[in-house]
Amino acid sequence: MRVVRLESEIDFDGWRDAARALRAEGVAPEAVVWTVERDLFEGAGSFPPHKGEGRAPEIGEGRILKVPAAFVDLAKTVILHRSPERLSLLYRILHRLEAQPKLLANPADVNVAKARDMAKNVGRAIHKMHAFVRFRLVEDVTPETFVAWFEPAHRVTEAASPFFARRFANMNWSILTPDACVHWDRSFLTMSPGADPADAPSQDAQEEMWRTYYASIFNPARLNPVMMKQEMPKRYWRNLPEAALIPQLIEQAQNQTDLMVTAQPTKPSERVLKAALRHSRDGSYGESNLANLEEVAAGVQVCRRCDLWRDATQGVPGVGPALLSGRAANLMIVGEQPGDQEDLQGAPFVGPAGQLLAKAMAEAGVVRAQTFVTNAVKHFKHEPRGKRRIHKTPDRGEVQACRWWLDAERRLVAPKVILALGATAGLAVFGKAVPIGQSRGQPQPLSDGGQGLVSWHPSYLLRVPDPDAKARAYAQLVEDLKQAWTLAGEAF
Amino acid sequence: MAILDLKRKLAILSDAAKYDASCASSGAQKRNSTDGKGVGSTEGMGICHAYAPDGRCISLLKILLTNFCIYDCAYCVNRVSSNVTRARFTVKEVVDLTLNFYKRNYIEGLFLSSGVIRTGDYTMEEMVRVAKSLRLDHDFRGYIHLKLIPEASPELAAGAGLYADRVSINVELPLDESLAALAPEKDAAGIKKAMGRMRLAIEDRNEPVKVGRAKPRKFATGQSTQLIIGADATKDGDILARSAALYGSYQLKRVYYSAFSPMADSSARLPLIRPPLVREHRLYQADWLMRFYGFSQGEIVAPGEDLDLTMDPKTAWALRNLGDFPVDVNTADRETLLRTPGLGTKGVDRILLARIQTRLTLEDVKRVCGSVKRAKPFIVTADWTPGAATDGAGLRASLVEPQQLSLF
Repeated sequence: MRVVRLESEIDFDGWRDAARALRAEGVAPEAVVWTVERDLFEGAGSFPPHKGEGRAPEIGEGRILKVPAAFVDLAKTVILHRSPERLSLLYRILHRLEAQPKLLANPADVNVAKARDMAKNVGRAIHKMHAFVRFRLVEDVTPETFVAWFEPAHRVTEAASPFFARRFANMNWSILTPDACVHWDRSFLTMSPGADPADAPSQDAQEEMWRTYYASIFNPARLNPVMMKQEMPKRYWRNLPEAALIPQLIEQAQNQTDLMVTAQPTKPSERVLKAALRHSRDGSYGESNLANLEEVAAGVQVCRRCDLWRDATQGVPGVGPALLSGRAANLMIVGEQPGDQEDLQGAPFVGPAGQLLAKAMAEAGVVRAQTFVTNAVKHFKHEPRGKRRIHKTPDRGEVQACRWWLDAERRLVAPKVILALGATAGLAVFGKAVPIGQSRGQPQPLSDGGQGLVSWHPSYLLRVPDPDAKARAYAQLVEDLKQAWTLAGEAF
Repeated sequence: MAILDLKRKLAILSDAAKYDASCASSGAQKRNSTDGKGVGSTEGMGICHAYAPDGRCISLLKILLTNFCIYDCAYCVNRVSSNVTRARFTVKEVVDLTLNFYKRNYIEGLFLSSGVIRTGDYTMEEMVRVAKSLRLDHDFRGYIHLKLIPEASPELAAGAGLYADRVSINVELPLDESLAALAPEKDAAGIKKAMGRMRLAIEDRNEPVKVGRAKPRKFATGQSTQLIIGADATKDGDILARSAALYGSYQLKRVYYSAFSPMADSSARLPLIRPPLVREHRLYQADWLMRFYGFSQGEIVAPGEDLDLTMDPKTAWALRNLGDFPVDVNTADRETLLRTPGLGTKGVDRILLARIQTRLTLEDVKRVCGSVKRAKPFIVTADWTPGAATDGAGLRASLVEPQQLSLF
């Protein structure tokens, strides 16, 4: 039987040196007793003689003991656990690592699972220390100095302290615990031996405010002390100023809730009710003729003619000069529907397809400022897929419902030529399905006097995988834009 | 009007803020005070500094600037027609309170909301002043969450994003029709547009900065919202459809579900009920399934229908799709394992790691997942098959959770 004495409970270097030497000798885990030396001097001559040499020992036949870096990290954490078994468990894992170098990657192994569980508890103790330390101001000291008394679940005082140094870098503070104390002077962290609760200030005036907040933010109708204790275990309560309130808050909760549930609702004033009526929005729109594009834009916002408004941000009306604004647009371009960006920005053709259209228009010599640009359907139809919205083609009913708005825009703008981009726009403009490939390049008379043309929708171009087909379709779009522009009498 | 002392104001204005479920202090950009003059740090994961007896975490100082309000939202304790005591903080009072609490390690930062006074713009401006003073006057580097007033101008909302880590607008009611009925002054369309603008502003922040064009430093990294559960008759399927749409449309970090809770001085227009906590819990589980487990909303619950309160939505789904089970934990792919009741994301990752080295037994699964009670009827391991248990008539009954009471 071999006895190893470490200098302290968290003496990782001592443990590593001893473990290396034992491992080199091939000592079995069962044959080692790990103890901690309380008095440093009593341990003189005990094993090992030299500490922290940082050299991997040979383990017979010239082989070097190597362990995965993950094991060192795990061991440094596990040694902070209060369980006396931790030292022998770590040695057992080290011992097994030679035969099974990938042992740590098996979370189902009994020893690994145990060590990981200890590491998790140590991590949790660090986290809870970050959460539950309560500083008290030391009165009449400049610069501001704060001291806390805390009792961590494991020996994590040192491990938890860099967090406080980063967060409270410009304050002087100390955290006192039974194991060890840590001090920050705005430059360096220093450690000292464990202390006594009496060494910390006994009160802080802000604690009364904090208790007031704690009691007021609590909702008695949702009383759930089991959940509270799970996250804020009772072992921490004696050092939390707010915890003293818990018993009375729980006791009063049922009573308060009963009072609220049985109380008669109060009567609101007539004035408030009338105001409410005035403001109520039922989404209806007038059947009267819309007099200008501003009315169309406002109407689209409250349209309930189909269900697409529900998941869309806003209705997106057309943009461009109207008949009444002096210089009317001779050309109207109709797309399918707003996309993700259009829905957010409230303007047509501003997303990727819009950028492609702008490029094609520029190449064709079409002046955007003199063109009315709109969509067949004014709300974005889509399907949520996680954090993205997948475009969905509007159905016949939705196109039909939205013609009410497109027709109003056609009447108010009165363009000479309408260029419909894509099948949906074709359906909306001509009132019937129009095959784009066969019909493009052939102007059709429209019922309201103008002429209609069709072409590819730019988002179709974005989807075509074959680069040749894409280039061909793009060239055709430019050609069709040129034709529409000329037909509208805009080209020189 | 009597002058209220600070403690009384704090009591009133934190009581008024407790119906907002949002508590997250995670996800901010990493920073600390080592190169600054003030206090504060955010290191990814937020910290819950205390828990109230309702089991909810206290991470931020969650208060209203004022509970005076010109609106009359039936579900809200601060509506204009309510008879609650009113109070208002000054900007300096909120700033000092935040710093005093922060330096004592009570909180991660500030969550500031407000009733609407005078106009949306005026209210928003006051709130932004608090955040600005904390950041610029005191070099405060902790977490700040600002509630946006939807009616406030886009410039002011952008100002909020300049100083806050997170901003949020509460949709409150899952159906726009309910909002029109219960919150007549609120404008559902206006709320959506404000969320859309905020998404564009946040995305703009992440665009690479062009050379020679300095952009002002912005804190905001995300937005969230809250839906109140049980104040109107909306079914769970429609609530989740709304959530799915909100996540997709505005890149929300979170949708919070807040069980409608009885309050002092409630309105006759709403049910005086105990808060539907189990329902709220099930909605959160369903929300998780959509975000982390690859379920679509339609698979969990159809529109017009409610979730089964007696068991978690994944188990309920599994019972509707028993043909897909049992699943062999030693061969099934990740997606399939995630759909198995009782297996969480972490457990699944450990199973995938462990099975490289060993054929997993039931005991192994228990070790890596913490428990196999729930998973047992749905899985096959090296030493276990559920046999007839997977299609036994008693399976459903055995999976019903008797936890209705424990949540109270």
